[in-house]
Order: sequence, then structure tokens, then C-alpha cells
Amino acid sequence: MDALETFRQETRQWLEANCPPSMRTPMPEEESPWGGRRATWPNPDSKKWLDAMASRGWTAPTWPRQYGGGGLGKDEARILSQELGRLKARPALMSFGIWMLGPALLEYANEEQKLEHLPKIVRGEIRWCQGYSEPGAGSDLAGLATKCEDKGDHYLVNGQKIWTSYADKADWIFCLVRTDTSTKHDGISFLLFDMESPGVEARPITMISGASPFCETFFTDVKVPKKNLVGELNKGWTIAKRLLQHERDMISSMGLGGGSAGGLGGIEKAARDYVGADAKGRVANPALRERIAQQKMDGRAFALTLARTTEEAKAGQGMGAASSIFKYYGTELNKRRYELLLDVLGTQALGWEGDGFNQDELDVTRAWLRSKGNSIEGGTSEVQLNVVAKRVLGLPD
Amino acid sequence: MALVLTEEQQLLRDTATQFFQERAPVASLRKLRDSKDASGFDRALWREMANLGFAGILISEKYGGTDFGPMGIGVVLEQAGRTLAATPLISTVLLGGSAIQLAGNATQRQDLLPTIAAGECLIALALEEGPHHNPSHIETIAKSIDADHFSLSGHKVFVLDGHVADLLIVAARTGGQAHDRHGITLFLVDPKAQGVTINRSHMVDSRNAASIRFENVKVSASDVLGSVDGGSDVLDQVLDIARIGLAAEMLGSLQQAFDETVTYLKERKQFGVPIGSFQALKHRAAIMFAEIEICRSVVLDALSALDERRNDVPLMASLAKARLSETARLVTNECLQMHGGMGMTDQFNIGLYMKRARVAAATFGNVDFHRDRYASLDGF
Repeated sequence: MDALETFRQETRQWLEANCPPSMRTPMPEEESPWGGRRATWPNPDSKKWLDAMASRGWTAPTWPRQYGGGGLGKDEARILSQELGRLKARPALMSFGIWMLGPALLEYANEEQKLEHLPKIVRGEIRWCQGYSEPGAGSDLAGLATKCEDKGDHYLVNGQKIWTSYADKADWIFCLVRTDTSTKHDGISFLLFDMESPGVEARPITMISGASPFCETFFTDVKVPKKNLVGELNKGWTIAKRLLQHERDMISSMGLGGGSAGGLGGIEKAARDYVGADAKGRVANPALRERIAQQKMDGRAFALTLARTTEEAKAGQGMGAASSIFKYYGTELNKRRYELLLDVLGTQALGWEGDGFNQDELDVTRAWLRSKGNSIEGGTSEVQLNVVAKRVLGLPD
Repeated sequence: MALVLTEEQQLLRDTATQFFQERAPVASLRKLRDSKDASGFDRALWREMANLGFAGILISEKYGGTDFGPMGIGVVLEQAGRTLAATPLISTVLLGGSAIQLAGNATQRQDLLPTIAAGECLIALALEEGPHHNPSHIETIAKSIDADHFSLSGHKVFVLDGHVADLLIVAARTGGQAHDRHGITLFLVDPKAQGVTINRSHMVDSRNAASIRFENVKVSASDVLGSVDGGSDVLDQVLDIARIGLAAEMLGSLQQAFDETVTYLKERKQFGVPIGSFQALKHRAAIMFAEIEICRSVVLDALSALDERRNDVPLMASLAKARLSETARLVTNECLQMHGGMGMTDQFNIGLYMKRARVAAATFGNVDFHRDRYASLDGF
């Protein structure tokens, strides 16, 4: 048996022994394992599962062992992911620390910072939020103005962030701050600080979906130790851009739900249930049937494009130009999918709460509203198209 | 799944790229059109293609082919699409050759496949009877007149390379009603046989097509291709090969039209700046880029579905043909608009790409046909 096969067998055995049965069932939203100092565990198994996975570093399988990661190679990590999929295991930890900050720290932080922050991310002890956008700096992110002054033995931060995801629940923030006002991109620094620092205030914003995942975050004379600067002073934009790439990859995978409709089964099943079918089992309304076909075809075509990029990378051809379209295409596709679902479910997808609607229907309504943000957050579709036009097609400014 | 080319396929692509750019540039199509060439294609060029092994790509080595497979013909067709090369690749290699390989008996294969691979036999499939692709709507009748013969009568349209073919494959009804899948039989018919009248159709893309009338044409029972009444299953497979191959050709055409347009956006100046600096055009160009990348993935997967004999070939054929037809319309329309008044002139190539895109879109089923088929195949 080769080493990978041995790894697969051992992994399978370990997961069978350590993944609690309730962690192999679909996850209700309120049981999402975000970790952090103030984590609540409505299902105690979630905590057990997190601790078990973290003890092996498998919440961050490819990070080096000295920082608490799993130290796995790409092939081993793929096997782990396949074995987790086989059990239909819930994620042990959901974390901006793992998805976004960690990779940036591994690349740009000093040894002391890595040793301090990465193990706590792996174990889910510290929950992070991202301080990027500001009221005056959205698509033009580099126009950010949150002021950071050098006060000798510390930095002093004043300003405001917006769209800070879960700032009201996070323990620490990774934050872009202005350290030089005489220049734009070259005056930005990347700073880490504790959200419990005096002068930090997070106010949730109610969104059109009724949820409040985002906050306005205010900083008033917040003192930050100087050792919390990542990378060089005024070189934060490079880190910021790299981190944005991780964020976009995360968001673009949303378009992959091509034919799914949450708890309602495939979109075509929902159509048969809500619109009806003819004797041959075809969706009764031909115009709707054609739109469903188009949606499913586009979803398949997009999935094939993601697969092609993976194959190209494996074949040593690098990240092809095709990857530049993922964020734009995936999010636009996802928005169209929800518009279609709305038409499939009719007024049953237009309820807000209470009797007359089941949970799956209410979920579609909220998810439809939430999907509108996909093409705005992490770089709007318009910004993505600008990037393709400039970097890929070489069109002039 | 193979979504990247092997080294061998990359070499074939490089050969094909060089060949079509040097030997069959867009100027060749213009010359065929403007000189009202009687054949509508360049016979000498076709011999060269046969010498390079292009005519026998889908034919096994024992019949004189090169057996590069579907991925191979896809690679060649994409490059042919870039220069709008008028060749019998679709009629003879995708349709004719595939039909004979799939349904031919030992004698038919032995007689025909080597001559196809050698570029010495052009084949045309006489299938369509109306303005819309409808492979089971066949009213052409083949009556059994004695134990060994049939008599064929009917009218076929949009027969690709019909007026230059050395051999016709005719879909005719031997049983059932006009719309039935069952009861269709394929016949090998000599275009010079008594009762066959061929009229060349001049299409907007300057490529070959013909309408053909059959009046009591006597056909031997030994010239049935496949089984009597069982032609639909063969047709389905052959048409799926052709749909995927044509999608590969369309990919090359729209990529070329797009590349030329991006160049134009950088060169053409108005208001003192290149028009490609205007965001109204940049975003549309970026959207086209995205759609073409999506199309490329679909074509590659459809070709590998054929290569690997996957059971989702029909689904992928419809996905590829619908997606490419749809994107070809978007891209050629946008590219013409971005060329401004010059795009409306015959001097610029963009009009030729648009004309070819529309004919290709209507060939073997348009967007509507294939969306409907995809939904049916997918069970809704």
C-alpha cells in the first residue's frame, strides 16, 4: 500500500472514531461553528468536533505544524477533504482567520506574529473580522482614510469602517489603515488589533434580507501596540490585494449551486411541484422550462470552467486567464438562479415570516435578497470587468 | 475528464494553426465567393489536408486513417474556424465518415473509409426537409419495389456539400408516420443516379449547401446503411458528433472575431484616445471574454465525452451547440458594433464571421432546439 493510501485508511478510521454522529447531519444556521471568545455551542458536539479536528491541525490542513496546522501536502489535504465529504461531515470551524487572514500571515507576517496568532486561529479561539471598506472607500478601496499615527511606543487609530462582517461577534480585526496621507496606495498599512481595545465600537446594520451580518465599526483613539503591524509600514496594499484574492475565490464558488434550491430539491423538481408537469414529466410552462434549462446549462458550463482551471494548474500551465472571470460570472449566475427560483415558487417565495410559508420557502426569500450582495462584496462586478479589461485584454486606461 | 490538451494534440493544433493561416486564410473564402467558384471549395487544398491526415482523423488506422479521435478533429476544426476555411470537414469527416464507421457493413467500410481518409470521396448527408433542424421529421419515402430494390422520392434541403459530393447518404422513410423516430432508413445514393436533381444553394456564409430532389430513384438493398427502419439511432450519434465538431469550429471563429476586435479597440482613435479606453466598451469586451472562456470549457468537455465514449454525449452535444450558438450571436453582434461603420463594410472580416456564425447556429439544431433537447434529456 502506498503512503497516500495508508493516509486515507488512517484518516478514515480516525474520522469514524472522532466525528460525532450529529456532526454528520445538515447544519442549522445557528449551529455554525465560528468559534471565538464568546462562542456559544447550542450543540455541544460542535465543540467536541472542533477540538478533535484542531488537535490534529486539520482545521487548517495545509498550514505548517509549528503554527498548529496539519502540515499536510496537497494530495493528503485532498484525501482529507474527500473523506470528510464521505461522512457528510460539517465544517469543524468556519473562520475568516483560516480562509483569509491566515494565508496572508503565512506569507507576510514575522515569526513572532505567526506564533502568536496562527495557533489560536487553528483552534478557533480567536474570531477575526476584516476591516477594509469605509463609507468613502468602497470600490475605490485604496482611498481609505482611517488614520493611524505613530505615537512613539504605540499607534493611535481613528476612523470608521463599514461592511465589517460579524464585527459585533469578532475578537480581533485585521485592518487597513492610512499611515501616509501624501500618497494613495503606498500610504496604507496592515494592522491587527483586539476588538476589546478601548475606543472600538461595532454597530450591526440591518440588511434587506432582515439579517445583520455586517457592521459599522468606529475607532476613537484606539491604542495599538507597534508589534501588531504586519509587513512594512506603508506596504499594506500588497497584503490587502492578496487577501482580496482569497476572498473572491470564496465568493465565486457560490455560483456552483446551478440546479439546487435549498431544501426544495433541484430547481426542476421545485418547478414540477409549484408549476406542474405535463404527461411526459416536462415542466408545464414551456417558457419557464426553457429558462430552467438555460440556468442549468450555464451552471454546468461554469463548473466545467472551474474544473478546467484546476486541470490547467495541475498540468503546470498556471492559473489561466479564465480564473479572472470567476467572481463576475459565479455571482451573476447565482443572482439569476434566485430570480428564477422566485418565478418558480411564485408568491410562496415572497413571504417574509409567519404562517402560510414553510421554512424552505422563507429561506429562498431571504437567500434571494442576500444574493444581491454577491456581485457587490469583495469587488463589484464592474470592478471585476475593469480588471479583466485591463489585465487580461490589455485595454488602455 | 480531459480539459487540457495532450502534447500530441498540441502538436496537431500547431500544425493546423499554421496550415489554415498560410493555406486557407479568410482571403481564400473571399476568392471562392468573388470568383463564383463552381466547387465552392479548393480541391487542391483538400488533398493537402488529406495528406496531413485531417480527412482521416476519425478513421481507424486499419482503414487508412490517423485515428486522432474527436479531440483531434476538434483541434483542427477550431483552427479552421479561425480563418473561416471552407472545407468538407463537416460533411465528409464528421457526418459521412462517422455514419459509415458506425453503421456500415464490412464491405461498405472497406470500400469507403480508405477513400474518405485519402480525400478522394466527398460525402453529403441529405437529411433536412424544412427550414428547421428536425431529424425525425422525414417525408421522403423509400418504397420497396422488389426483394432487392427500393424506390426513393422526396425533397431535401440544406444538404452540406450536396452539389460536390461523390456519394449521398439519404434519410428516407420506410415505415411509420412523418414524425416517428422509427421507420427511418439511411441509403447510400449515387448523386449521378437517374432521378436525382441537385441544385446548389448560395448561402449567406458562402459555404456549400444544396437542395436535392429524388424522383423514383432506384436504390439497391445492399446500399442500405445500417438497418431498415433503424436509422434514427445512427443519426442521433452522427449528429451529436457533428454538433460537437461544429461547436469547436464556432469556438475558433468567435475567438478570432473577438481577438481582431480587441486589437481594433486598441488602435481606433476617437476624441483623441483609443476607443478601448472607454468603459462602455471595456465592460462589454470583458463580458465577451468571460463567455468565450466558458464556451471553451464546454467544447473541451464535449470532445472528451466523445473521446471517452461517456454516456452523457447527447447532453454535452446539446450544451455545446446551444452555448456556442448563443455566444456566437452575442460576440459577432458586439464585434460588429464595436467596429462602427467599418464593421458594416465588406472589406472588414467581421461581417463574414457574423454570417458564418448564423449559418453554423442554424445547422444541426439552433439554441431553442438544443435547450429543449437538454431539458428533455435531463428529465424535465
